[in-house]
Amino acid sequence: MRLTGWGRYPRHETTVLEPDDLSDAAQLHRAGTGLVARGNGRAYGDAAIGLTRTLLTRRLDRMISFDPSTGRLEVEAGVLLVDILAFAVPRGFFPPVVPGTKFVSVGGMIAADVHGKNHHIDGGFGRHVETLDLALPDGSRVTCSAHENSELFTATIGGMGLTGTILSAAFRLRRIATSFVQQRTIVAADLDAAMAALDASLDATYSVAWIDCLAQGARLGRALVYRGEHACADALPQGRPAFRSARKSHMAVPFDMPSFMLNRLSVTAFNEIYFRRGAAKAGRDFFVAIDPYFFPLDGIADWNRIYGARGFVQHQCVIPKAASRAAFGEILERISRLGTPSFLAVLKLLGPGDGLMSFPLEGYTLALDFPVSAATLRLLDEIDAIVVAAGGRLYLAKDARQAPATFECGYAQALPQFRALRRAIGAPGKIESRLSRRLGF
Amino acid sequence: MSNSQKTMLLVGATSDIGRAVALAYAQTGWRVLLAARDSEAAARNADDLAARTGTRPAIFALDVTAPDTFAAFAAALPVLPDTIVCVAGLLGDQRRAEAEPDHAAMILRTNFEGPALLLDLFAQHFATRGSGAIVGVSSVAGDRGRASNYFYGSAKAGFSAYLSGLRNRLAAAKVRVVTIKPGFVRTRMTKGMKLPNLLTAEPQEVGLAIYRAAEVAQSDVVYVRPIWRLVMTIICAIPERIFKRLRL
Repeated sequence: MRLTGWGRYPRHETTVLEPDDLSDAAQLHRAGTGLVARGNGRAYGDAAIGLTRTLLTRRLDRMISFDPSTGRLEVEAGVLLVDILAFAVPRGFFPPVVPGTKFVSVGGMIAADVHGKNHHIDGGFGRHVETLDLALPDGSRVTCSAHENSELFTATIGGMGLTGTILSAAFRLRRIATSFVQQRTIVAADLDAAMAALDASLDATYSVAWIDCLAQGARLGRALVYRGEHACADALPQGRPAFRSARKSHMAVPFDMPSFMLNRLSVTAFNEIYFRRGAAKAGRDFFVAIDPYFFPLDGIADWNRIYGARGFVQHQCVIPKAASRAAFGEILERISRLGTPSFLAVLKLLGPGDGLMSFPLEGYTLALDFPVSAATLRLLDEIDAIVVAAGGRLYLAKDARQAPATFECGYAQALPQFRALRRAIGAPGKIESRLSRRLGF
Repeated sequence: MSNSQKTMLLVGATSDIGRAVALAYAQTGWRVLLAARDSEAAARNADDLAARTGTRPAIFALDVTAPDTFAAFAAALPVLPDTIVCVAGLLGDQRRAEAEPDHAAMILRTNFEGPALLLDLFAQHFATRGSGAIVGVSSVAGDRGRASNYFYGSAKAGFSAYLSGLRNRLAAAKVRVVTIKPGFVRTRMTKGMKLPNLLTAEPQEVGLAIYRAAEVAQSDVVYVRPIWRLVMTIICAIPERIFKRLRL
């Protein structure tokens, strides 16, 4: 079967396995080679495509236990975030960290050590995992935590499934008083202002900036910076119920849009309207429901089709704080000069990473996406050179095209230990994804 | 727990459709009783329901191919349920069934004999009480026999006819009988098959459709995806002398 990631680029042939329960899943590791687990297929590139075999965790979708007195939830790895939200939010609980989509599996969230808008305070999802069960390359099962098999535990968080298959995990949900986020928008006239606003928002639980990446000259890097807090019940406007059930997605992209629809003109127009509307709301608090706040694109089913049939690539880099102003200035300048439209450009200040191979480090991260073309792939290679020179690296869950050298530089500190651990558990050859082969793990 | 809380007995609790039915009922406040042969797999689903809804359903061991145990099974239940949903079934392997009569018999017993005899036992109790709903999950495969799965199809045809007769019998006794024909469903039973998206339902969709049909709309015969009614009408309209040469 041919599989792709969420970006629909690249495509690879692989044998798909679909175990019914945890012991079936572990058994599949015994014989054969080239296996990697795949949750809901939301990694953008080739991280969840097995070199020869891809183990789908979608039938490992049972919740194991939930203790409302502590918020501790234990689930099988194929459980989706959307299912956790469905039962937890009405009962006043919320996951400690959520990425930009709720259609991800718990196993995937750990393997990519996903981060959210609260990374500067709460770290990645991996920081909140108390214990996890792992199927090793030989088919045996081990329990890992900070106290038990701790080296394996740290390597599995952000390890992209390359230490074995995560079968189940336990973590704590946080309490929330309402299903709303109290949001405030800060208008930033340029990149300096945007970075300063994020820096000044370290006290906010959630903070993130939307960047107009087509703005040029003095307006280069102009942005809307969003600060957010879980709203308490008495802050809500009168008459609004504290918990509103999530609405189903009604919009969908029914077919592959022709790629010319996303051009410099349309994205410039969109950005202008978006910026003005956001700026008009600046300075006062308003309340946004959990879904549109955390998962805006989930409101449009199959949104990956807006880039047309050739697919798209996401590019997300992080650059250490001290070097980031100069590097991002150069990156944004190249993007705006080339006029390659990025429909989405998000800037965020991250805290230190938690897992051995976790993407985050103390610095600013910029996420972009582009339709696939020779010109954008060239542009991204240029951006990579700037990132590497500034001591930064790329997010593996979004990567489909970085060069091995970029990867080696970005993860230089962690790679020797990660490789040694993979050798120690017999992973090389047995646990391999297209990503691990492409980058030479 | 209030006195007015209703109880649903689910037969075939380890199937994917069964799991979705249990969740649909539990989320609307019903007490759920699970009956299954594989108690370990049932426990995995019971834990899942407990985490999602806050209440763990009780599990009762039941083998639908052992009718002599049915009376004791029914007597051991804490209450006479308001609704019984039977999703027990076995697709089996048609080619193997043609070669091994034991396998063929197992398909017939799991899909027809067992469910019919079990539901009939509860039908007596429901009729005496003068209320209740009996839901049988049959199949579009029972609408017309085909070479590719006629042991399964004929057993489901028998089950559909049984449900139709029972509905006729109990209409006056205020006991509802609902026949569900899910069409293709993405489950363990159909894993690895190539299924057309338009005709294929997710288990959650079937679970909600069953709850709605039995408790809200009070339907008689439900095709979960309405397009199946059209598809099967066409298939049933093909003259036998043509149909027998087709490969469907």
